[in-house]
Amino acid sequence: MNKTLNQKAWFFVIPVFVLVAFNAVVPLMTVVNYSFQETFGSNVFAWEGTRWFKEILHSERFHASLGRQFIFTFIILLIQLPLGIGIALTMPKKGWGVPVCLILMSMPLLIPWNVVGAMWNIFALPEIGFLGNTLNSIGFDYNFTQQSGDAWFTTILMDVWHWTSLVVLLSYAGLNSIQPAYYQAAEIDGASRWDIFRYIEIPKMKKVLTLAILLRFMDSFMIYTEPFVLTGGGPGNATNFLSLDLVKMALGQFDLGPAAAMSLIYFLIVLLVCWIFYSIMMKDEGRV
Amino acid sequence: MAKVTLKDLSHSYLEKQNSDIDWALRGINIDWKDGGAYALLGPSGCGKTTLLNIISGLLKPTKGEILFDDNDVTKLNPVERDIAQIFQFPVIYDTMTVYDNLAFPLKNRGLSEKEIDTKVREIGEMLELTSTFKNKASGLTADGKQKISLGRGLVRSDVNVIMFDEPLTVIDPHLKWVLRSKLKELHQKINRTMIYVTHDQIEALTFADQVVVMHEGQIVQTGTPVELFEKPKHTFVGHFIGSPGMNILPCEIKNGQINFEGKILPSNTSIKKKNFSKTQIGIRPEFINFSNEGIPVKIKRISDTGRHKIIETECSSGSIKVLAKASAQIPSGSAHLTFDQKYTYLYGDNWIIE
Repeated sequence: MNKTLNQKAWFFVIPVFVLVAFNAVVPLMTVVNYSFQETFGSNVFAWEGTRWFKEILHSERFHASLGRQFIFTFIILLIQLPLGIGIALTMPKKGWGVPVCLILMSMPLLIPWNVVGAMWNIFALPEIGFLGNTLNSIGFDYNFTQQSGDAWFTTILMDVWHWTSLVVLLSYAGLNSIQPAYYQAAEIDGASRWDIFRYIEIPKMKKVLTLAILLRFMDSFMIYTEPFVLTGGGPGNATNFLSLDLVKMALGQFDLGPAAAMSLIYFLIVLLVCWIFYSIMMKDEGRV
Repeated sequence: MAKVTLKDLSHSYLEKQNSDIDWALRGINIDWKDGGAYALLGPSGCGKTTLLNIISGLLKPTKGEILFDDNDVTKLNPVERDIAQIFQFPVIYDTMTVYDNLAFPLKNRGLSEKEIDTKVREIGEMLELTSTFKNKASGLTADGKQKISLGRGLVRSDVNVIMFDEPLTVIDPHLKWVLRSKLKELHQKINRTMIYVTHDQIEALTFADQVVVMHEGQIVQTGTPVELFEKPKHTFVGHFIGSPGMNILPCEIKNGQINFEGKILPSNTSIKKKNFSKTQIGIRPEFINFSNEGIPVKIKRISDTGRHKIIETECSSGSIKVLAKASAQIPSGSAHLTFDQKYTYLYGDNWIIE
């Protein structure tokens, strides 16, 4: 059969093209544009070449917030993955407990991010917040607005509360898709509970876990709203993560050029790390 | 190795059982000899997998006992029962190599490295897996994976029973033959009790010495393949085994004689007075001939399968299928049929009357 040439089909593509152009291509290109220029407002630009990129890459402020960002994301993954898998393993597989658990698990995910930040801010206030007050009354010197350790602790706790459910739900779906025959065969082979986890459950959950790691990495690496509301990056710069720093630079100081260069570097780091994660975890898939 | 005895076994997946249909298995009694090859044959949903899982210990029966060599094992788990089971689709440990997959059940039982190595190599040789020993199991084809599943079941020399739950479902037809003959060969070599569950009559009949036919949670007949073919004890067996299945036609009993289509059929059985809600005769298509007199039928359709012809005919009681050699001359339009008396059976409420 010969394919008929019909250029009218382009009309169907145009709406998508326009949409993508306006919400992705144009903004991105604007950022690229800013990153090579200096602006003093009123649409006056001066060409700066790679100056902003060099400055950002050599800036101690950027190194510090990037370092904080990596540490934060690393801790988040380290806590949320095992915890999420652990909770998924203990969740009931049938009966009335299933919907109850699923609803309970979905709740934190449904709360808007700035509400989460505000909730935890109040919850953790040293004098009146339930968490802050309790910790202080049992002898801890807890004040997240003034002590950086406490600020980190609170931010991580908040993120664990908010996002572990995502790992739980993904793991639970992965566990439920394992055929009963695998467990039966393992039982007959005399496998221990650990063997079942190590040789059946983890390999079978590989795909959903890859997804969970990618999502949790991206979201936590780009975290903004919750720490912005909770700590505002403080005390000092203690919880000043990359996106918070970026916004401060762009909107607080109106350094649009350096901020644009920083966004692009930020974007490339996220892209690179995701690609590395993905290719490591999907290494064996091609041969199946 | 062990002989297997099931006593009055019944199982239900429900908490409470109100009627017969609430039972997945009803009143199963089986006596299987040590070292025999047995098949459980029946359509999907007849309870054969349930029965298998009860024998292996994955399910606890609602009622009844399971004995291995006269020891009650009803309450033991699969490891304690020392059985092997191969499932419908390949169950392998993806992240292990083929070798480690085969060694896994032995390692869990604390055998020494040397013993494990000898056994794994022996079974690998038998299943022609040696060349892939170092490969990851997940990279193999479906039949390669199923061979690993088989291997993990066969690698232990101490098992009481080896059970197969439709193990060849996912295998390509031409490989089915290879694996099936491999299994038969293995059975002769290692001489262990084997139970094979299938809905495929050819698989059951070629594998087993004794075939157990199941229907709606009950055993309807146990016998050799020949017995099942020549003398079905239940209309279901007649219908299910053979291709095409047995002709089952309504008849009446008058004065101790079979009355079919207004004619009296000669019979091997002495019919005692008994009240049946329905009586039927059964005759396999292989044992019907065309002749000049007999039951008048109309010929509806002839299908040629190559080796023989299947002729669909119709009389007033229903349709009758006849199997004839491909070379046979088939009358057209209307004809007369005679039944081979030796293979004509009378069924009352679906059970044979002898």
